[in-house]
Amino acid sequence: MTALLRTEGIMKAYGGVQALNGAEIEVEEGTVAGLIGPNGSGKTTLFNVITGYERPDAGEVWFGERAITGLAPDKVFAAGIGRTFQLTRIFPRLTVIENMLIAAQAKDRPRNLLAWLGRDAWTHHRKHALELLEFVGIAGHADVLAGSLSYGQRKLLELAYVLVADPAVVLLDEPAGGVNPTLINMIADRIRLLNAEQGKTFLLVEHNMEFVMGLCSTITVLESGATVVSGPPDIVRTDKRVLDAYLGADLDEEDEPVVDGPVVDEPVSNEGNGR
Amino acid sequence: MAKGGGLVVLIVLAVLFPQVYSNPSVVNYGVFAMIFATAAVAWHVFSGNTGYISLGQAVFYGSGAYAMGIAARDWHIEGTAVFELLPLCAAVGAVIAVPFGLIALRVRRHTFIVITIAVFFIFQLMAFNFWFTGGSQGLDSPFLTWAPVPYYQNFYYIALACTAGAVIVAWLVGRSRFGLQLRAIRDDEDRARGLGVKAMRVKLSAFVMSGTITALIGGVWFYFIENVQPQTGFDPLFDLTLVLMVFLGGFGSISGAVLGALIIEPLSLWMNAQPAFTGSLSEVMLGAVFLLVVLFMPRGIVPTGGELITKLRTRGRPAVVPATTIGPLSASSGPSANSVSSGGAR
Repeated sequence: MTALLRTEGIMKAYGGVQALNGAEIEVEEGTVAGLIGPNGSGKTTLFNVITGYERPDAGEVWFGERAITGLAPDKVFAAGIGRTFQLTRIFPRLTVIENMLIAAQAKDRPRNLLAWLGRDAWTHHRKHALELLEFVGIAGHADVLAGSLSYGQRKLLELAYVLVADPAVVLLDEPAGGVNPTLINMIADRIRLLNAEQGKTFLLVEHNMEFVMGLCSTITVLESGATVVSGPPDIVRTDKRVLDAYLGADLDEEDEPVVDGPVVDEPVSNEGNGR
Repeated sequence: MAKGGGLVVLIVLAVLFPQVYSNPSVVNYGVFAMIFATAAVAWHVFSGNTGYISLGQAVFYGSGAYAMGIAARDWHIEGTAVFELLPLCAAVGAVIAVPFGLIALRVRRHTFIVITIAVFFIFQLMAFNFWFTGGSQGLDSPFLTWAPVPYYQNFYYIALACTAGAVIVAWLVGRSRFGLQLRAIRDDEDRARGLGVKAMRVKLSAFVMSGTITALIGGVWFYFIENVQPQTGFDPLFDLTLVLMVFLGGFGSISGAVLGALIIEPLSLWMNAQPAFTGSLSEVMLGAVFLLVVLFMPRGIVPTGGELITKLRTRGRPAVVPATTIGPLSASSGPSANSVSSGGAR
């Protein structure tokens, strides 16, 4: 088994705050990997660096044999790394199916102007898109504006439209955050199914420990921008440094304890406030 | 079927209008309405789809007018041959739109609006000061030897053809992959880029299309009114009027743009002609209409009316299919559901 996705010594500072301080992570092909850590430990920043939304100050991102450090988001997506966002980023005034088609067009580009202006260019994507909507359970809302979906349904839509481009790795930023328990189970179930049946590789950030421990075969713990430990859930669960850094005494506790030191909100970049 | 039938009726009415009301002062309203309908649809192609509010369309309108005036003067073109310059007007619009877009489209929202206004004033100043633009006198068009009745009728049909062409282009854009990419950019540009939408290229293409159509109709307008000056060709009111038309009719739809133009332009012409509204009172009234639209119908006639019809048809029962209304599972939907209903407010 080789690491499909790997980072080495990623450094990223925002002003005086060192958001990432040598973060390292390895995701084996065909596994579901987890990334945990206290608020402000740099999880989302690491996601942003991997997917090209942030450029690291130092360090390398490897996708298989290929260095993808500093590639633009669309290049990373085209290379085969799809991601969802902590606060879902769907297109609210497009219909659900149109959201899917926007993601599908990354796969093929129209060859000429007629194909660009024509409608047929992507009707063949429609079937696949509908199948995926069916898979995540929101096919009934295909022609509804995506903005009218509930928060949980938006998470499902974002998952579906990342999958439509058939990426090799899917990065999920808090897939279970703010979602009701039934839907959390549904999302976990879909991830498990994709992993088992298609061998799809996942890397997910999540605060819900039950979700992470139940789903992931490898867990990496970040603290203050550096990797503390990485390994199977049972080992991470009992690692003293992890307990100190993050989990506290009781693993089933979902509210993580307040961490000492500079706790900053994770910088959610690229929210579209101009450049 | 009913929709297609309605369209046919509209086209027949539009074609018959100058035959039934052949009085030039009436047809005059029609010519201006069609000119503005074309410009409003051109505005929709870029701004309506992308949500980038351009207040610099007069750059293209005036440039089209000046292109025709300068070419006709320098190349000594007269009579109906002047109409052969219309492709040149369109090309000038396209050529100007490329650098204009490359600069302005680097920024978003308010900054974009401010830059379009700035570019607009640069063009007005250039029209005042360049040696080939006729300064504050502007340019007169060559004389067209048509009798009054056919003069107005012919121009009406030319403008109508431009409107039809613009509507067809806008419709093709709207249903295509290109149009969907534009609307994705409107909703979340960064996310769209992350999914492989070539945002700059797509935005610029739409901007060039919009500029091309606007410059073309600017040429028609110039030959119709036989004169262009810096403050009429590059008129700040032109852009405000376009935006008012689209907001009144319905932001984001072709029919909204056309409807708004057909209401506002004859209305403002009529007000200008009334002795009671001398001076700039008619412009004050236009401003009042703008405020009323923003206050009471921020989404415009077409979306609001469409919903009203659905409501009447279903008599208050929840609508079955319409994608424009909030679906049945919206109870817990987040803030961006509201952005759906505030359409043009971005």
